[in-house]
Amino acid sequence: MSTLVSHPISAADRSGIGPRRGRGSSMRTWRWSDRLLLLAAWAAGLTLCAIAAAIVLYMGYRGIQYLSPELIFSRPQASLTQAGSGGFLDPLLGTMLLTVIGVAIAAPLAICSALWIVEYGRPNWLARVVESGIEIVAGTPDIVIAFFGLAIFQLHLLSFASETAEGGGVTGRSFLAAGAMMSLIALPPIFVTVRDGLQTVPSHMREAAFALGKTRIATIRRVLLPGVRSNIATGVTLGVSRIIADTAIVIVLLGSTLRISPQPGGAPVLGVLKGLGSTLTSYIYENSPAGEGGAPQKAYAAAFVLMLFVLALNLVVERISRAQARSSGFVTAVEGIV
Amino acid sequence: MLSRLRNPWPDHRAERMLGAVALFACLCVLAMIALVAQRAWPIFAHNGLSWLGSGGSLKAQIETMLATSAHPPASAFYFRAWPIIYGTLLITALAVLLALPLSVLSAVFIVELAPLRMRRVTVRVVRLLASVPSVVWGLIGILVLVPFFDNHIISPSERTSVEGTVQLTGAGLAPAVLVLAVMITPIMVALTCDALGAVPPAWREGAAALGVNRMRAIRAVTLRAVRPAIVAATVLATARALGEAIVISMVSGSNFFAPRPSDGLTFLFEPLRSLASTIVDYHEGTSAPALSAALYACALLLLFSAFALSVGGYLIKLPMRKYQTRG
Repeated sequence: MSTLVSHPISAADRSGIGPRRGRGSSMRTWRWSDRLLLLAAWAAGLTLCAIAAAIVLYMGYRGIQYLSPELIFSRPQASLTQAGSGGFLDPLLGTMLLTVIGVAIAAPLAICSALWIVEYGRPNWLARVVESGIEIVAGTPDIVIAFFGLAIFQLHLLSFASETAEGGGVTGRSFLAAGAMMSLIALPPIFVTVRDGLQTVPSHMREAAFALGKTRIATIRRVLLPGVRSNIATGVTLGVSRIIADTAIVIVLLGSTLRISPQPGGAPVLGVLKGLGSTLTSYIYENSPAGEGGAPQKAYAAAFVLMLFVLALNLVVERISRAQARSSGFVTAVEGIV
Repeated sequence: MLSRLRNPWPDHRAERMLGAVALFACLCVLAMIALVAQRAWPIFAHNGLSWLGSGGSLKAQIETMLATSAHPPASAFYFRAWPIIYGTLLITALAVLLALPLSVLSAVFIVELAPLRMRRVTVRVVRLLASVPSVVWGLIGILVLVPFFDNHIISPSERTSVEGTVQLTGAGLAPAVLVLAVMITPIMVALTCDALGAVPPAWREGAAALGVNRMRAIRAVTLRAVRPAIVAATVLATARALGEAIVISMVSGSNFFAPRPSDGLTFLFEPLRSLASTIVDYHEGTSAPALSAALYACALLLLFSAFALSVGGYLIKLPMRKYQTRG
């Protein structure tokens, strides 16, 4: 026995085991179709990397070329030349305002729905209906959501929330309307991440809380919500990145006014909420050849700022999911995409 | 009031509150379907379902709708949307066909082939590509891709060959398909990767024990096991491509022209419109009731197809449970 253990395995013995062998030599026995597939897979992976690198480098180059501090801190002006048309302070503020409104509506809705479905979920069919309803929202194109917003805020019941035209007609367009529709965009990612977080909380944590005499809602407040804090953060970040990236809703529900134009005659904050404006995305759209103003330099600069936001949010999501060691990073990414 | 909120709630009240909020989210969906359908109704009332077909010039129909006042005559509701439906189908089908091999191969690369460091980079790249805003894709498309097609790809002979019917500006089917394909690839890669990672390692080891090489094992075992996931990913990507409005509105040339396959390769450069991009292009015309109804009809069609696709995706995912792989 001892001779068997101490005897070193010869090179000839090892040759039969695949992974120990150099990859190059074993590939010689491969069929051509297998080699082609291997090559194609490498090519596809590298193509993706090349596309991403090209986009980041190109946008970075254009951004550094055209971006200047006064562009960020000056308001858009109506002008025919690129030199006179000002910067994008208003779109920047508009993006932030819409994000705040959208998340303020979406986060409580999504978290409460997820809590109800995971912790109560009675009757069962109703829970299924709510879940599939949110799935439908996730699958709805943003342009359809935008037109839904137009339809719902043109109802006379909701006329207080949107801008009024000269003739007294309700246009259905305002920051409030756009923000409400943005919350529909942000709802599914927050809901999915919080729901999955709640489902991974081990049941003995709940049972321990019940054994201490806590009610379900007390368990939720003291045990579950603190437990899924990082999921909430991930979900909200994903929701924010959906909101700042969305264009169709802004174009339809905020119009093509580049400046933030409050509705006259009202409280200052309410006036802005009822008024029109723009965001970075609609600014890019309007300044590209597709919109009215042919100011591609401004569009590039704004797109660069937008990309910086997106990259920062990406980093935040990655940080959170790395800190939360038990969940794998890729699953979080998948949820963000779908 | 606040102190009452701070006190522990009775359980049944909390349940009802949370349930009410969840139901509210669900009611929004119902309201969306009902409201969009109600706004689209005049088109169905005047055309029946034949508005999905072809007939007459769509451009002229839209112009008639725009020209009518608040009380349009019945003739203004005449609407035949086939050119834009055809455009939507064409762009979506080509983009998905282009994205499918690219994303399946990249997913195989990420999960099975790439060295660890390379793999980390690629996962990050996919995440980055997935989060690039659509308007940035559109901007790159309209400022880089469209001029490139205009200056280098489209030959003068191709330009003159279709001169009588349509003008080639560079914006058209090919750039729209390219940009859209890159946009939907990350979704498909992510979903396929997820499924590939969930294939039991024992299956791969079993294939290796039978003496097949790595690539053969991937083809014969792994890819075969995740076929349902690939179909589901394709369905989701199709839904995303169908609803994409901004990019297509920016790079497709915005023309009510239906590209003719009979034009040969020039077909790829002909401008067109999709359902979603038409809605974006004419969103300011909603004050004309007839046009508004037509646009809501397009929105309803998009909503319906997104719904049908998600149901289809769910049905396709069902058999996957047999293999105990997720997706």
